[in-house]
Amino acid sequence: MTTLESDYRTPARNLAQKLHVDLPLLTGLLLLSAVGLLVLYSAGGQDPDLLLRHALRLTLGFGLMLMIAQVPPQRLQEAAPWVYSAALALLVAVLLFGDHAKGAQRWLDLGVIRFQPSELMKLALPLMLARYLGQRRLPPGAKRLLVSGALILIPVALIAEQPDLGTALLILGSGLFVLLLSGIRWRIVGVGALLAAIAAPFMWHFMHDYQRTRLLTFINPESDPLGAGYHITQSTIAIGSGGVFGKGWLNGTQSYLDFIPERTTDFVFAVYAEEFGLIGILLLLILFIAVIARGLYIALCAPDHFTRLLAGSLILSFSLYIFVNIGMVSGLLPVVGVPLPLISYGGTALVTLMASFGMLMAIHTHPKKPV
Amino acid sequence: MYARISESDRLRDYIRETRLLQNRTLAAAVMVLLLMFALLARLIYLQVLNQEHYLTLAQSNRISVVAIPPTRGLIYDRNGVLLARNLPTFGLEVIPEQVDDIEATLRALNQIVAISPADIKRFRRLLKQKRTTHGVMLRLRLSEEELARFAVNRPQFPGVDIVAGVTRDYPLGASTAHAVGYVGRISEDDLDQLGDSNYSGTTHIGKTGVEHTYEDVLHGTVGFEQIETNSQGHRLRVLERTPAQPGRNLHLNMDIRLQQLAEQALGDNSGAVVALEPGTGAVLALVSQPGFDPNLFVNGIEPRDYQALQNSSGQPLYNRALRGQYPPASTIKPFVALAGLELGVTDAQRSTFCPGWFRLPGHERKYRDWRHEGHGAVDITRAISESCDVYFYDLAQRLGIDRLHNFLAQFGFGQKSAMDAPGELAGLLPSSAWKRGARKEAWFPGETIIAGIGQGYMLATPLQLAVVTAALANRGKRIAPRIVAAIEDPLTHNKVARSSAPLNTIQLARSDRWDIIINAMVQVMHGERGTARGSGAGATYKIAGKTGTAQVFGLKQDEKYDKDKVAPRLRDHALFIAFAPVDNPRIALAVIVENGGSGSGAAAPIARKLMDQYLLTPAP
Repeated sequence: MTTLESDYRTPARNLAQKLHVDLPLLTGLLLLSAVGLLVLYSAGGQDPDLLLRHALRLTLGFGLMLMIAQVPPQRLQEAAPWVYSAALALLVAVLLFGDHAKGAQRWLDLGVIRFQPSELMKLALPLMLARYLGQRRLPPGAKRLLVSGALILIPVALIAEQPDLGTALLILGSGLFVLLLSGIRWRIVGVGALLAAIAAPFMWHFMHDYQRTRLLTFINPESDPLGAGYHITQSTIAIGSGGVFGKGWLNGTQSYLDFIPERTTDFVFAVYAEEFGLIGILLLLILFIAVIARGLYIALCAPDHFTRLLAGSLILSFSLYIFVNIGMVSGLLPVVGVPLPLISYGGTALVTLMASFGMLMAIHTHPKKPV
Repeated sequence: MYARISESDRLRDYIRETRLLQNRTLAAAVMVLLLMFALLARLIYLQVLNQEHYLTLAQSNRISVVAIPPTRGLIYDRNGVLLARNLPTFGLEVIPEQVDDIEATLRALNQIVAISPADIKRFRRLLKQKRTTHGVMLRLRLSEEELARFAVNRPQFPGVDIVAGVTRDYPLGASTAHAVGYVGRISEDDLDQLGDSNYSGTTHIGKTGVEHTYEDVLHGTVGFEQIETNSQGHRLRVLERTPAQPGRNLHLNMDIRLQQLAEQALGDNSGAVVALEPGTGAVLALVSQPGFDPNLFVNGIEPRDYQALQNSSGQPLYNRALRGQYPPASTIKPFVALAGLELGVTDAQRSTFCPGWFRLPGHERKYRDWRHEGHGAVDITRAISESCDVYFYDLAQRLGIDRLHNFLAQFGFGQKSAMDAPGELAGLLPSSAWKRGARKEAWFPGETIIAGIGQGYMLATPLQLAVVTAALANRGKRIAPRIVAAIEDPLTHNKVARSSAPLNTIQLARSDRWDIIINAMVQVMHGERGTARGSGAGATYKIAGKTGTAQVFGLKQDEKYDKDKVAPRLRDHALFIAFAPVDNPRIALAVIVENGGSGSGAAAPIARKLMDQYLLTPAP
């Protein structure tokens, strides 16, 4: 056993542990949510209703997190194949009977609520892979690598078909994280990357027009300043004009004059960067990094392979969302519809995110069975 | 295979695997940090190294979409005389985003150009509705002097700009006020009804008359311009432009010469004249006197001017031609006579003795003839040409109100005429069923008697009287009146005629009944004892007409009406209907002179002037 695990096995469990709450993680998440509310008040044009709705969603999200934290990781491991199968079935259903919203078929209308099965898959795939790979020797052999590849690519292909390329890539990422963490050889990683690079031009052939436009405008945003490049041009202007100290809360001209598109959702970071400047960004990144560090620490301390792989994949996915969102808004990456975790307005992604934090807390607070 | 591994081997393997996983987790941590640093580097590049560049872009970056309002279509009369046009005008617009202190700016501006409280009120309302990057109109129609003064002081007013525009103008003023109508500023009610982007650049909308009815034709389609402006709001360049499509022009059936002649002929009297072309339903003239200057309303009427119009005794805003409901009086007689013929109650030979009064059997009350001494024995022709009341008292009594109602309804009495102008009233054609419904009373026989001479409950608008006269001229063929003759594309000048759909046709059992009535109406104009023989004299064409004199207040039994003894506003209304030439009618008209005294004296001469003008003067 490593030293990292030893401090953890103290017999006296405090109240937080009895409630299965990880206080450092909770603190980080609460602080991020507070920043989110602050910037949404400005980005939403000081609309109290919008703020209230967001606060309500956050409350529900935190509630869900605490509920999931009560589930012993053992149960999660047992449920993994069922959850994965269900998510897969729903993805097929969405392609067959899904609702169209903004030109893509992502939603399943269950009468009472509308539901995005790809969100469930964000959790189901890491669960499934962590269970599958964690059961046997690590690193996995060729056969298990192939099965893992199939487990990853089937849902990714289904989601890309909706079409929702952004989510498909994120889910691909969460699967690859499990593989990476499971210790596959770096040589295999290198060969995989090479194959992906070769396949990229062929992917182009299968892309939708709007996806091609996004890529082209990413390469040269000025090519179409009023069309597809408008979002990126305006958000980089917002970020850049914020400078070191920012224009001050509620004083972002770019956001108040309507120049930042989607400014409460995917582009909320541009509003934040414009109003709080580099100082504010540093603060935000430190908060994000603190949460990620705590997540990775939980992964390091985890008692078995399943929980290690699961915790690591979940927190790396969280990091990926942050990187992709900020990268996109600042013009470093092409535009993919990924919200900024805990800051962007919107409910669906928040639910998934809080559920994954619930799992992290469960992994860290439930008593470990001896190996 | 695993089964043979010893417990310690398995443990050692597990520990090795755990270490591998933990190493990978640490490697991932390093990767995450690297990515975060990449982000930070990008943000430092944007916010520190290039802040100046982006700040400039943010300040100068004002790409806005500006609507280009279409040019409103022009309106011409039948001879191409321009009735409604667009004049260039200059207004003052404020871009709120670029003004630091709106209140101070308004105060300072008021020193240079006159800004009324109404302007400010409207400005504040618009301010709430529009986005701050869009200009908000503060003043319209700057005078040349104001324009020059503002141009000199313009540097003091960032965010305030002169905008060139056009304003609607009615060069003939009052002559077209009632028929053409006018445009006015779009109100909030209008906005609710429109609710579409086609009006996003438009400030005015048709409020009355043809301007209202044909709004969708006249307005055109909005255009858009994507412009880049600097931080002061001045245009730098146009990025994209979709031109507006101008509204289409209207060509009216109206003859403005006839219209103005009717106005002159009415003089200081209040009244209305409607002239139609019987064959087509074309509205040749639609006059309501007194008129008003429609230009007053275009850019918001001053409360003082509005009060003056409201309080004027002549009620100039009241469209008498469409909304004035008068007793048709003796002008109803040809139609009642036709009913008598068609329903077999009378014929061309039958005479009635007129002693100067009529009494219902078993009733005391005497119904007087307008000629105190009576007309003696009169047949249907004399009854019409000399306008004998007693003949029609008798006829109405024998027809009964409901049969009379049903026959007259075929002509359109008591119904709107379906003309292409808003606001028309229906008049009133009474029946016993109507009275039970509206008044909750039974119909009295005496009411039938006076209905026979177009008094009592019966009401008709001047337009309606012209319409029924046209139907008579057409021998039963009814056509809805039309103000607009054709719609013209302003670019290609292609005209599309708007013909009027025929309404019902009144079928008589014998067509010579039309001849009996029309001949009697010719006798009104040209007969030795015709009531309007003065107005028929010397005509080179044959006219059919009928006079009418509507009582404004009731006389007591045996009381004699003396024009000179009653106040002017209680004097009888003068009515006259006519069409000509009789063999091939080209014009049918109705004239009403309020408090004019008698139809023959006040109304018929006006009609004669119009007919002479229309039938004898060649078009320019």
